Amino acid sequence: MSNKSTNSFEGLVCPIPLNHKKFIVIGHGSGGRMTHDLIRDIFQSSFGNPILNSFNDFAGVILPDQAKMKGRLCISTDAHIVNPIIFPGGDIGRLAISGTVNDISMSGGIPLYVTASFIIEEGLSFDVLRTIATSMNTAALEAKVQIVAGDTKVVEKGKADKLFISTTGIGWIPEGRQIGGEMAQEGDVVIISGTIGDHGIAVLAARGELKFSTTIQSDVAPLNQLIQNILETAPHVHVLRDPTRGGLATSLNEIALQSQVSILLEEDAIPVNPEVRAACEMLGFDPLYVANEGKVIIILPANEADAALKTLHHHPLGKNAEKIGVVKKEPTKRVLLKTLIGGTRIVDMLAGEMLPRIC
Amino acid sequence: MDFKTEFRNKTHVQSALKEMGKLLTRPWVIMEICGGQTHAIMQYGLNELLPEELEIVHGPGCPVCVTPLELVDKAITIASQPDVIFTSFGDMLRVPGSDRDLFSVRAAGGDVRVVLSPLDAVQIAHEHPEKQVVFFAIGFETTAPNNVISVLKARELGLTNYSVLVSQVRVPPAMHAILGAPHNRVQAFLAAGHVCAVMGYHEYEPISKQYHVPIVVTGFEPLDLVYGMLDAIRQLESGKSMVENAYSRVVTRSGNQHAQKIIEQVYEPCDQQWRGIGLIPMSGWRLRKEYSQFDASMKFKLEAMHTHESEICIAGQILQGLKKPKDCPAFANICTPESPLGATMVSSEGTCAAYYRFARDRE
Repeated sequence: MSNKSTNSFEGLVCPIPLNHKKFIVIGHGSGGRMTHDLIRDIFQSSFGNPILNSFNDFAGVILPDQAKMKGRLCISTDAHIVNPIIFPGGDIGRLAISGTVNDISMSGGIPLYVTASFIIEEGLSFDVLRTIATSMNTAALEAKVQIVAGDTKVVEKGKADKLFISTTGIGWIPEGRQIGGEMAQEGDVVIISGTIGDHGIAVLAARGELKFSTTIQSDVAPLNQLIQNILETAPHVHVLRDPTRGGLATSLNEIALQSQVSILLEEDAIPVNPEVRAACEMLGFDPLYVANEGKVIIILPANEADAALKTLHHHPLGKNAEKIGVVKKEPTKRVLLKTLIGGTRIVDMLAGEMLPRIC
Repeated sequence: MDFKTEFRNKTHVQSALKEMGKLLTRPWVIMEICGGQTHAIMQYGLNELLPEELEIVHGPGCPVCVTPLELVDKAITIASQPDVIFTSFGDMLRVPGSDRDLFSVRAAGGDVRVVLSPLDAVQIAHEHPEKQVVFFAIGFETTAPNNVISVLKARELGLTNYSVLVSQVRVPPAMHAILGAPHNRVQAFLAAGHVCAVMGYHEYEPISKQYHVPIVVTGFEPLDLVYGMLDAIRQLESGKSMVENAYSRVVTRSGNQHAQKIIEQVYEPCDQQWRGIGLIPMSGWRLRKEYSQFDASMKFKLEAMHTHESEICIAGQILQGLKKPKDCPAFANICTPESPLGATMVSSEGTCAAYYRFARDRE
């Protein structure tokens, strides 16, 4: 501590032990009583389930009934950082649960358990942390998964940006389910479950970077129930992918590369919320590259496409679903777009950070 | 306004293209000045739909591309200083200087921020009196009003910690340079709609007359572009050369006179270096003496810099419409948006970047 800091709070006040119940301080990461209090007051009270409440350093869990049949475990891990941590339509907690649940679901697997590590910056308010923990629990209930283990670390002010959450999910892939980015085949149909770019623009707007107000809400949501419904009506789905960072364009490029195929999109068919489109027009962004957190790309044989679309339209998270393209043989590893005016162009991967243009 | 049903309407575009086909009796070369138009042509795949007789070449109207390398190096040097907050439009961060870009300055701990308007930079200066805040004021006539307003606002607020690093270029002198060059191929121009929104189009009339070229003020949507081309072809086929306005929903002959007045108040014309092209007489603007306290190149005494450009890169010829990206041996192999050799590959509005992104292995 510098001796020059005459206006420093910690420099001159009498060191009476404070009852730190409003803001996270370094002591909450000590592993001692304050840590225990934090876990009890925020995390256990929000997530409370017998497995978590055992207060051990591990979670003993049972496999689901499906596991009596043959199948595979599915494991996925993800770190979540977002600024601001609370945004229209969601927050980092909902994002963490949805992100991990969705990653598991993209295998066609059934997500079961999630673990979560919290890296908290000193100074975060208890109220905010409680809001986020409650929101995580709501998302977990929606997804029917349990948060079974967790960890908390506190870092000094400036060493993290408010709150980082790292999650790991475990799920079960029933036997015979072969879904993956390498499975797209010539003749398949490409479906998107709804409007693209909502999450990215909602977060940008929440940062105050747009200089105009919008009512755009993030689409962040766990998709596992929707996907299980689709797999019941369209059992031969080849690819499921959630187009998060890098947007629809980047995910489709990954699939074209993995499957060694070409994907031809119809620009006309791709659903974009008019407000998102307007925001993109002003900023010089292409909605094809803007992040989503509650959408899924479904690539499946043409004869199951209508059934899948019907199922999607019956679910609130799929009501704006559209067929947006087809898988072709050539030119391999390319995504092409038939434009609104009938021209054709390449849809590339995002090269780097998307930058607002000059004029 | 619904772009899809109005200016991106397939039926309208196709019937205009059909009319274009009927009009054409011989090959013509038309240049669109503006990088935004280049981008739109490639983004909508319009290049594929045009009749064979019509060759579209791409002009120098990408502000990021033509900003001199020396100035990019200056920006990097200023941004690296510890007491500086360097602000810029996003596109400039990835432009390679002689040995690094502004992104790498940021990664090394420099305070480099993307702003959407220079007024945001003034606000930052207002909030951080202990820092020198510099805005990279680049662009054509389109960005000039905002850039000068930021200077006027800083003066009004009495800020001594705000300055602009200016590289402001103008379209008409560049047209003179292109049309006066011995190898010129351009027979008609699509003038940049947004530049004309500020400046009007009366300054193009003498150019059209002197060189006998049709100049059509054109917008940025597919239908705007096709109508602009159609007007130019009508003139070419009938031997006329005049200035026409195909973007009348935005542009008037005299332009935005208030904007012109404040530009005139703060800026004065000067000779200007264009990256890849060279010096074009009286083609730029600089701050007038009365505003020199806001001039970053005066505030930060920088020694003359030695710059080096890639020897393979043909960006200069591309910017003059003499060559196309596919004429370059480095295009899409050693030169890509991830590791650009020249500025036409780096900016989203650069011709090479547009070809790479939308049509690199087509044709």
